[in-house]
Amino acid sequence: MSRIQKAFENKKAFIGFVTGGDPSLEKSLEFILTMESAGADLIEIGIPFSDPIAEGPVIQEANLRALAANTDTESIFRLVSMVREKSEVPLILLTYVNPVFKYGYEAFFAKCRETGVDGIIMPDLPFEEKNELAGIAESYGIDVISLIAPTSQERIQMIAKEAKGFLYVVSSMGVTGVRKEISVKLDEIMPQIRAASSIPAAVGFGVSSPEQAEKIAKQADGVIVGSAIVRIIEKHGANAAGPLYDYVKSMKEAITGK
Amino acid sequence: MDNEKKGRFGIHGGQYVPETLMNELILLEQQYEHYKKDPEFIREFETLLKEYAGRPSLLYYAEKMTKDLGGAKIYLKREDLNHTGAHKINNVLGQVLLAKKMGKTRVIAETGAGQHGVATATAAALLGLECEIFMGKEDTIRQALNVYRMELLGATVHSVTSGTQTLKDAVNEAMREWTNRVDDTHYVLGSVMGPHPFPMIVRDFQSVISEEAREQILAKEGKLPNAIIACVGGGSNAIGAFYHFIPDKEVALIGCEAAGHGVDTEKNAATIANGSLGIFHGMKSYFCQNKDGQIAPVYSISAGLDYPGIGPEHANLHDTRRATYVPVTDEEAVCAFEYLARTEGIICAIESAHAVAHARKIAPGMKKDEIIIICLSGRGDKDVAAIARYRGRKIDE
Repeated sequence: MSRIQKAFENKKAFIGFVTGGDPSLEKSLEFILTMESAGADLIEIGIPFSDPIAEGPVIQEANLRALAANTDTESIFRLVSMVREKSEVPLILLTYVNPVFKYGYEAFFAKCRETGVDGIIMPDLPFEEKNELAGIAESYGIDVISLIAPTSQERIQMIAKEAKGFLYVVSSMGVTGVRKEISVKLDEIMPQIRAASSIPAAVGFGVSSPEQAEKIAKQADGVIVGSAIVRIIEKHGANAAGPLYDYVKSMKEAITGK
Repeated sequence: MDNEKKGRFGIHGGQYVPETLMNELILLEQQYEHYKKDPEFIREFETLLKEYAGRPSLLYYAEKMTKDLGGAKIYLKREDLNHTGAHKINNVLGQVLLAKKMGKTRVIAETGAGQHGVATATAAALLGLECEIFMGKEDTIRQALNVYRMELLGATVHSVTSGTQTLKDAVNEAMREWTNRVDDTHYVLGSVMGPHPFPMIVRDFQSVISEEAREQILAKEGKLPNAIIACVGGGSNAIGAFYHFIPDKEVALIGCEAAGHGVDTEKNAATIANGSLGIFHGMKSYFCQNKDGQIAPVYSISAGLDYPGIGPEHANLHDTRRATYVPVTDEEAVCAFEYLARTEGIICAIESAHAVAHARKIAPGMKKDEIIIICLSGRGDKDVAAIARYRGRKIDE
């Protein structure tokens, strides 16, 4: 059983996101381990990108901070190695496809396996284009995580059938960022996913409060939080570990009903 | 043609966009394939081009320039004479009409120099759609008059403050807005770039340039030209000017990229000269980027060419060597801008001046019975104040 599968075994998973290198690699390491100790079941690490078209202002700014700190693709792999020295928490890279393409698909996924990456999410790689790298990723044991959007409709079945690791259900239209209301109709989408696949489905985009998380967890297998975490890092900088711990703990408790 | 069906030009093109947009792109392709064969749509579109945009545009023999350079005969394809002053209107009328047929009530667009934004705002005003334009903050300063023009036409202009605050960032923001509100909104992409089907749709709507030019030159000269020269940012006027000449192997197709301060400096936007293969803004093509695939900040005096990529069909024309892409610096473009004004009494867009500059380089070495067609993609009113500043004259717009 893979680390990702274990994270969803008999429980609702909390998935936390940080942009690697924001504000520094060492701090990213500390924040990842802190989130794990507070109950995070999977960690997404963003590879900072110059033009993150699926991100709202909060994560755009985090990308800029990380790039300003000279974070490059190699340093993200160093971060993964550093985490792996201390933890078995499942690690998923979130990256636009260009940094992966530029690194070379073969070299990139080999490096993922070598350092201990479990999966990869590419917001600009839809179902129709995934075949140019899915086989390579699979040969190195890396799950390419597929996304389902509020507009996916009849595409859900096709996507869910070929999904690996877990399904990332995009909860809202637009870009990442904290929202008061979650627009996706989970009671319509989830049955379609369940009918097509037994793969776990986690919901993200706009989720920030324990109340939202609790509601989502009633239907989904996991809750993904990005911008709300990055906002804590933006606010507290190098001293974010304390507030991050408290936040992740409250979210994890909300989804597990404790 | 099989490749084109999958949205590919050789290895380039594709649909690298968030899942949220996929159904919309599929729908857009279906609707476009339907309407491009619909006699009613064709009639309305052709009427708009003829009665509203002023097509066909002139193919003008630049006799003084020809004599001055002493070589090939030079013709100018006068896209600058179109309504709104550039080739952009050709594509925009097609796309906004298509959007209306699709039941959309709102259009959004990115703009660099402002020409595409003005054209989109114009078509939206005419056809009764709501219009919002995304423009890099840097460009709203460089092209302040165009911002006001768009507002006069009833559009809302969003000043984009992310990234380099230029065309690339305007595209980012327009794509973000499209994922936010796709149901009632069509994204009027302004160049032959982005995800399939945009490079195909924009090229088809712009190909009227070469369709006319081919007929016009055959009528005037009884033979095909030796070279077509056009400026290239994303590459919409260039693909429009090239398209119907692509099968005529004897016609050289030359695209002029913005070399800014020079291809050996940090400050340029010459994608073919300096870029490498990548995936960005929905397409696989050549991009100015670093070793990690971070998109490079690019520079050109011309806001319309200040883009770090090139359309996928151009990338393929480069790979197959059917077209040649050459760098032209700011200084060469400004000199050509001044030269055309003095010699022919035509103030062209600084973008188009890149093509004029290259013609000045090669025409003298060509025979007198050889022919060059320059695509004069736009007029230069918008650039006059900036060129004055470049020459050290302080003129308020």
